[in-house]
Amino acid sequence: MADADGLERPAPAPTPARDWAAALDRGAAAPSAAAPAPAEQDLLRTDLYAKGKTVHNKRIDGPFRRFKWLVMLVTLTIYYATPWIRWDRGPYAPDQAVLVDLANRRFYMFDIEIWPHEFYFVAGLLIMAGIGLFLVTSAVGRAWCGYACPQTVWTDLFQHVDRFFDGDRNARMRLDKAPWGVTKTTRRLAKWAVYLAIAFWTGGAWIMYFADAPTLTADFWSGNAAPVAYATVAVLTGTTFWLGGFMREQVCIYMCPWPRIQAAMLDEKSLIVTYKDWRGEQRGSLKKAAKNPGAYGDCIDCAMCVAVCPTGVDIREGQQIGCITCGLCIDACDRVMKEVGRPRGLIDYATLEQCEAEAAGAPATPAWKALLRPRLALYFGVWAAIGAGLLFALGTRTHTDLTVSPDRNPPFMLLKDGSVRNAYTLRLRNMEARPRAMEVALVGLPKGAVMWTDAVSLENAAPTQTVDVPANATRVLRTYVMLPPGETASAFAFRLTSLDEHGEQDVTQTTFAQPASTMPGNE
Amino acid sequence: MANKRIDEPTGTEFVGHEWDGIEELNTPLPRWWLYTFYATVVFSLVYVVLYPAWPLIDKATAGTLGWSSRGDLAAEMRAAEAARADTVARIAATDIEALAADPALMQAAVAGGAAAFKVNCVQCHGAGAAGYQEYGYPNLNDDDWIWGGTLTDIEYTLNHGIRWEAADETRVNYMPAFEGVLDAAQAKAVAGHVLSLSGKAKANPAGAQAFADNCAACHGSAGEGMPAMGAPALNDAIWLYGSSEAAVTKQILAPRHGVMPAWKGRLDPVTIKMLAAYVHSRGGGQKAAPAQPAAEPAGDVAAATKADSDG
Repeated sequence: MADADGLERPAPAPTPARDWAAALDRGAAAPSAAAPAPAEQDLLRTDLYAKGKTVHNKRIDGPFRRFKWLVMLVTLTIYYATPWIRWDRGPYAPDQAVLVDLANRRFYMFDIEIWPHEFYFVAGLLIMAGIGLFLVTSAVGRAWCGYACPQTVWTDLFQHVDRFFDGDRNARMRLDKAPWGVTKTTRRLAKWAVYLAIAFWTGGAWIMYFADAPTLTADFWSGNAAPVAYATVAVLTGTTFWLGGFMREQVCIYMCPWPRIQAAMLDEKSLIVTYKDWRGEQRGSLKKAAKNPGAYGDCIDCAMCVAVCPTGVDIREGQQIGCITCGLCIDACDRVMKEVGRPRGLIDYATLEQCEAEAAGAPATPAWKALLRPRLALYFGVWAAIGAGLLFALGTRTHTDLTVSPDRNPPFMLLKDGSVRNAYTLRLRNMEARPRAMEVALVGLPKGAVMWTDAVSLENAAPTQTVDVPANATRVLRTYVMLPPGETASAFAFRLTSLDEHGEQDVTQTTFAQPASTMPGNE
Repeated sequence: MANKRIDEPTGTEFVGHEWDGIEELNTPLPRWWLYTFYATVVFSLVYVVLYPAWPLIDKATAGTLGWSSRGDLAAEMRAAEAARADTVARIAATDIEALAADPALMQAAVAGGAAAFKVNCVQCHGAGAAGYQEYGYPNLNDDDWIWGGTLTDIEYTLNHGIRWEAADETRVNYMPAFEGVLDAAQAKAVAGHVLSLSGKAKANPAGAQAFADNCAACHGSAGEGMPAMGAPALNDAIWLYGSSEAAVTKQILAPRHGVMPAWKGRLDPVTIKMLAAYVHSRGGGQKAAPAQPAAEPAGDVAAATKADSDG
């Protein structure tokens, strides 16, 4: 009766097997069951807002737990350690391997240096990240939520801190209920201090990506860092402390849009963590099953899957927003099934399609077969094509770049001797970490055309000019081009050549404007 | 337990509210959400007290902090001024002809001049400093200077203006009107000769004689002009009031005289110096030539350049 679907319980008995029901209570459902309230009071309930609860997830070991440990180790190591990797780029560029240099508008990543005008590389990476998420989600469901999301990783970390200070699930639940005394206060303060330390370290690591890490660390502690550094650390410390230490699964369930978006990307062919109800139901304890063989399924209703869940959901209720598909319930259920001598996989990664087939009596399909389908191949193809395109662009880009903007007001200048002068603003970019000389030449202008710049005076006007461009910098040159009387021109180009072993070139088209009176036929 | 009903498909309780058979399920928001809402209410109350908030008829409530975006702007302007103070002091202390020796300082002066130009000069000389020929406002980008194009010359012009009666040291000259002195035919002949000086018309011996008698004293026998007294060169490609025969004839008979205000006293000396640097940097500025009178240095340079490029 009460066990039929876990929902219809006119008078559920508070048995130990039902402790998850208390953890899952919606509003006042469970308390009202213990002390039935009159109907009139039900109508006047003030608990339309759910009281906060803490998920005390039980420790479990298994392949998915070990995988989570590995992911946590890798992601946290990358996060905390990356800014400290040094990378020698010579005397004219920073030696930090990964650096977002906002002040100088450069993004360094090992051997790659991105300038603002090359932001399409970053845009391409973002598009790849987006399509990569489509790919991963349609293949293995909410894998991002379950393993790699920072909220998941830090929540996991903080839950381990809980376990270290207060023991496992039952001990933590007891302590939660215990009155505030010296012991509880001390333990809580100590735990929160560790929360705070982790949170501070997290915020502190973030700013290291934006400046030279050793220098910034010294400046930070001597009070010489920029105010924005302190503010960033303060904000990130606060959010990490609050979101990782206290909000935890509430972030996934109430704040984050991503579970909703991912839910829309899943289909019946996507791998999800699911309870195979056709095998588990009817649930019943071993005792009941012994008394009445044949009436019960494999689920012994031990609620281990609920106890280990980091978001406190019951996977047996099916797919739900709170399930981040971390697989810990699979670990828990497999262990119980092994103990009671039943086959593993009552809770498992499977697609809805596989579930239906299995329920209809087909043999179990290996989960990986779900990965062989055109949709994934298409996502992968698009993802890989963008990646290959970016790599190609990266491999063939030059480190010499020229942009030209002609003066529009006035477009041309008639000089005393009848020559016509145009002015241009040239931007010479030397994207190498060494100073280089570059040659600017006029291409496609009649003989006699000369140029000079604000660095080279009119007396030294010539058809080509050599310019020193500092390392890793843009040199802006106001440039004049002069055509002798009687000559005409319209389109031409500036050609920039790096005077080094590569001889990189960039040719930029522009125009030459003339007064109508100097054009043929208007003399 | 009538109100303790459960919605079968979702397993969720009903709240007990019903409208035309549509019932509300109890899917409660967490309480912290409610507290967050209360916190935003408190925030807004505090904000209304501290900051400008309620619109009144001609202003808004001021707020106890006294903050205003205008005040922010004023503070930022003061900060920018303070940041510039050192550069401004250095420009003030540097002789204008020595500015070019310090490229960074020159660049700062040109940038400052460009800003001041946009406020004070564009009304006549145009946003691109190209002037307006139809009104006789000279172009400042070219290499033709009526009163000289060195930094010193330009600064002097800026300080004292041109034909600006209120300034004692203003640059002043008046070309005599030849109406009544030359008749229409004679004026036309002179105009023909003037245009022939730059190859725009055939030689005109009658005009040449009249030019030598009446004009060469100021404009030079070959029309090369005299910047020291503001007599424009007539042998080049640049014409302040137009290069048609009619325009030149008109200018001979009834000359127009441009006026520029003196800026000394209206702008501070550093701004004037920066304006001179900016105008000089527009592409036609002349180098100071202390050893010789400043006659036609730009013409020489242009000729030399031409020789260079031809050769």
